[in-house]
Amino acid sequence: MERSSPVVPESEVYHFQEALPPLTAHEATAEANRCLYCYDAPCMQACPTHIDIPTFIRKISTGNLRGSGRVILEANFLGATCARVCPVQELCEGACVLGKDHEPIQIGRLQRYATDHIFDRGLQVFTPSPPTGRSVAVVGSGPAGISASAELAKLGHQVTLFEKRELGGGLSTYGIIGLREPVEVSLREVEAVQNLGVEVRTGVELTDREGLDVLLSQYDAVFLALGLGAVPALGVPGEEAVLDGLAVIEASKVEPWRLKVGPLALGQRVVVIGAGNTAIDAATVGRRHGAEVEIVYRRTENEMTAYRHEYEFALHEGVGFTFLTQPIGVEVEGGRVIGLRCVRMGLGHPDASGRPRPEPVPGSEFVIPCDTVIAAIGQEKPALAVDLGLALEKGYICVDDGLQTSEPRVYAGGDCIRVRGSASTVMAVQDGKLAAASIHAMLGAAPAAAD
Amino acid sequence: MADLSVNFAGIRAPNPFWLASAPPTNSGAQIHRAFEYGWGGAVWKTIGAPVLNISNRYGGLTLGGQRLLAINNVELISDRPLEVNLREIAEIKRLWPDRALIVSAMVDADPAAWREIVMQIEDTGADGIELNYGCPQGMSERGMGAAVGQVPEMCQLNTYWVTSVTRLPVIVKLTPNVTRITDPAHAALAGGAHALSLINTINSVMKVDLDTLLVTPSIGGQATHGGYAGPAVKPIALHMLSELMCDPTVRKSGVPICGMGGIQTWRDAAEFLLLGASALQVCTAAMHYGYRIVEDFIDGLSNWMDDKGFASIPEVTGRSLPQMSSFGGLDLGYQAVARIDPDKCIRCDLCYVACNDTAHQCIDLYSPEGVRVNPGFDIRDGGKHVADGRPRPVIREPDCVGCALCANVCPVDGCIEMVSVPSGRPSVTWDELTATRPAVTQEWGAMEAYREEAGIEIH
Ligand SMILES: Cc1cc2nc3c(=O)[nH]c(=O)nc-3n(C[C@H](O)[C@H](O)[C@H](O)COP(=O)(O)OP(=O)(O)OC[C@H]3O[C@@H](n4cnc5c(N)ncnc54)[C@H](O)[C@@H]3O)c2cc1C
Ligand SMILES: Cc1cc2nc3c(=O)[nH]c(=O)nc-3n(C[C@H](O)[C@H](O)[C@H](O)COP(=O)(O)O)c2cc1C
Ligand code: SF4
Ligand code: SF4
Ligand code: SF4
Repeated sequence: MERSSPVVPESEVYHFQEALPPLTAHEATAEANRCLYCYDAPCMQACPTHIDIPTFIRKISTGNLRGSGRVILEANFLGATCARVCPVQELCEGACVLGKDHEPIQIGRLQRYATDHIFDRGLQVFTPSPPTGRSVAVVGSGPAGISASAELAKLGHQVTLFEKRELGGGLSTYGIIGLREPVEVSLREVEAVQNLGVEVRTGVELTDREGLDVLLSQYDAVFLALGLGAVPALGVPGEEAVLDGLAVIEASKVEPWRLKVGPLALGQRVVVIGAGNTAIDAATVGRRHGAEVEIVYRRTENEMTAYRHEYEFALHEGVGFTFLTQPIGVEVEGGRVIGLRCVRMGLGHPDASGRPRPEPVPGSEFVIPCDTVIAAIGQEKPALAVDLGLALEKGYICVDDGLQTSEPRVYAGGDCIRVRGSASTVMAVQDGKLAAASIHAMLGAAPAAAD
Repeated sequence: MADLSVNFAGIRAPNPFWLASAPPTNSGAQIHRAFEYGWGGAVWKTIGAPVLNISNRYGGLTLGGQRLLAINNVELISDRPLEVNLREIAEIKRLWPDRALIVSAMVDADPAAWREIVMQIEDTGADGIELNYGCPQGMSERGMGAAVGQVPEMCQLNTYWVTSVTRLPVIVKLTPNVTRITDPAHAALAGGAHALSLINTINSVMKVDLDTLLVTPSIGGQATHGGYAGPAVKPIALHMLSELMCDPTVRKSGVPICGMGGIQTWRDAAEFLLLGASALQVCTAAMHYGYRIVEDFIDGLSNWMDDKGFASIPEVTGRSLPQMSSFGGLDLGYQAVARIDPDKCIRCDLCYVACNDTAHQCIDLYSPEGVRVNPGFDIRDGGKHVADGRPRPVIREPDCVGCALCANVCPVDGCIEMVSVPSGRPSVTWDELTATRPAVTQEWGAMEAYREEAGIEIH
């Protein structure tokens, strides 16, 4: 893959370095020795990719770091990304038995320690099986796409990974703030999949049904890992002046100078709309950029979709929160944002999601003075799904237990099928594994397209 | 406040914590400092024949990240000139009249040599002499140390040479590098010893460095066995101590025993006292943490004695000894079973795997709904909540042989307890059984007949 222009100028790097330092060898050994090596361990069950956590930690404690990294990557090819971005409090660490009356093991940081050992040394832990003569097209190089590609390549299938953007890695590259995961980590995973013989073709977009048919004629199977779309419109006057939270985060990672000049330039008083994890990330970028940042959310702290630890992290970063407040318009003067017009909200009866429905308080309008408004209210569903003519469920691609779509030989996974539960990297990785297993089973049954 | 003072074979000290003859007692300045920290006594680093020490000397045992669980040394006796040591001993005794100051010595197996050094020691005003028959390396090749301690006749003779010329109490320090610890002990008593101390260090090869492939400690690329000491040797020391304390000859002699080998906290110290020690010596723990550890030794032991209602050290000494028996004296009818406290259990399932793989397969897993389940999980599941649905281990008591493996692996204190239950079997010891029915030791058929009769089921 071509790595285009170097991404982060030296002087900007410090703002966005990983928040947590790597564990030292001593810390890692001490922490690993604290693990009980539970049998049939709950941490391992709680991990959506079911990494054999006790085993990889045990290997750290015995100084077998290569073995440890391999255990992780066998179950989760994106173990290095997941070590950094997983909401571990909700997953493995949340289930650790030591959490019952003490501190759980720092599984995420140990996982990072072991996978860094592999990547920092450029170790090759997998070798592809002999070629099967079958080929698979994977569309989208985010966690789901890379995970599926890696599993299929390990099984000996010829995989081509198509990515519309310039760099591979999906949201790991473009969407996860550098405080959590530097771009290099994500790009190394793209490289790792290439080392398994996967051909990564960036700058290639699947745009319509015709394109899918072409892929189906050239490949034995297709895996769609399209992710989601841009931040949806707010539907308020002055909308044109609102910045897209994802674009802001993306710039902070790959071209930080864009936050200083041009259309994405951030002012000194930033208001972020939304209270999910993306809003927290965008607000954090604003803070690290040196701005005063306020998150505006129409419900209360209790209904926020951001994880508790994310909320606390934002508070720690100095992000302000204004709850029970709904934006109703952006005040623009001379082409510049001067404020966000809002209305106060009260909590009414529970809505379909079971959370109390926010209702505007009449006559409570007010303006929050600011020079930048960022919207981070989620992502649109994949528009392409409709054009491909696949069955949908609530706007997401509909799949069966084996992740097959309504179309034979076409599979899908990752955020683009996430009808239930919140989207996360580790679930996308697991989808990639499950889809690869189904595709492999299907390819075994079908005669090869070309002998 | 409990009285910690001791009178050990006439040697008095304000507390039973003495530094063992080793690097911590190498010089007057060191012992002076140690006494300032509160140590009740010190056994001077062994003096005697001229030696040269080498570099390097120590290998350390690390386990699970925990350093210095044991030390292994290839050190000899004091390499400082004899005169210097003797002068400093006299000075320390003059400065610290209330502390026990004992001089460890080792010379050639020659009555004149022993007589000479005994006289020099007496002149210092020291409270006692400890005979080092334990040094396992370097000295033994020269016919001293373990070379004496391992041959009862030599042990007796050398001891006699000393006891016959001195008015000071003589402690014989035993080497653990023997098959039967009572043999050299008897020899020492026959030689007139006033007290015994044990254990000296155990022969050992500490480790091999996996990077360099060198045996550690590596002395210019060469290695040799060294003496093993520290927390890891405590069970061996306790065994030898209790062996002596239960031995009729030793008991009859009434000589006190100074216990050492792996004392790292006041708790270890209390165990040595309970199994019969009258005073204690410490080396490795002081080498690891410095003299300051004695503060908690004294404080902890004193608080524990207060809690238990022990007013003095002699009240503690030997308190647990009556329990010591031989296998033949244990009750075959006794039955314990493991019981898990479900509220304390953190569901690590270590008891399950231990019993299932290597004991008697009598722990079952039950889901929160009370259904017996196998280990394993649904791969579609994930998330923190799995902890709530985690099955809990339950012991099938009738099948539990009471081996106590689970209780030993359980990481939660007091979570698995071994409780005694009525066994329905006759209470009989092996010795009693075999006296009345010698056939059970000879034929499996007879054994099975007895088992059936007694209602003992083995699965
Ligand atoms: C701001 C933000 C922060 C997040 N933070 C976290 C976090 O901390 N922890 C966590 O676990 N999850 C986090 N997530 C969610 C996580 O990033 C996603 O769940 C995960 O990346 C989904 O992986 P995916 O492979 O399905 O999709 P994506 O990562 O979105 O990848 C999809 C890829 O497909 C490409 N593509 C799309 N359409 C086409 C096409 N037609 N042709 C070719 N290529 C195409 C895209 O360019 C993209 O590279 C965050 C998400 C966001 C937006
Ligand atoms: C480095 C070192 C040197 C020792 N030197 C002597 C010695 O000169 N004379 C002696 O009688 N014992 C010597 N010993 C043995 C100790 O006195 C003591 O018996 C042994 O270390 C067990 O006690 P511990 O487990 O508290 O260390 C030495 C031990 C060590 C570790
Ligand atoms: S639950 Fe905790 S202690 Fe048990 S194996 Fe997992 S990380 Fe280790
Ligand atoms: S005592 Fe032994 S047999 Fe009984 S439950 Fe525990 S491990 Fe199993
Ligand atoms: S070892 Fe102890 S804590 Fe672990 S499952 Fe068994 S009883 Fe529970």
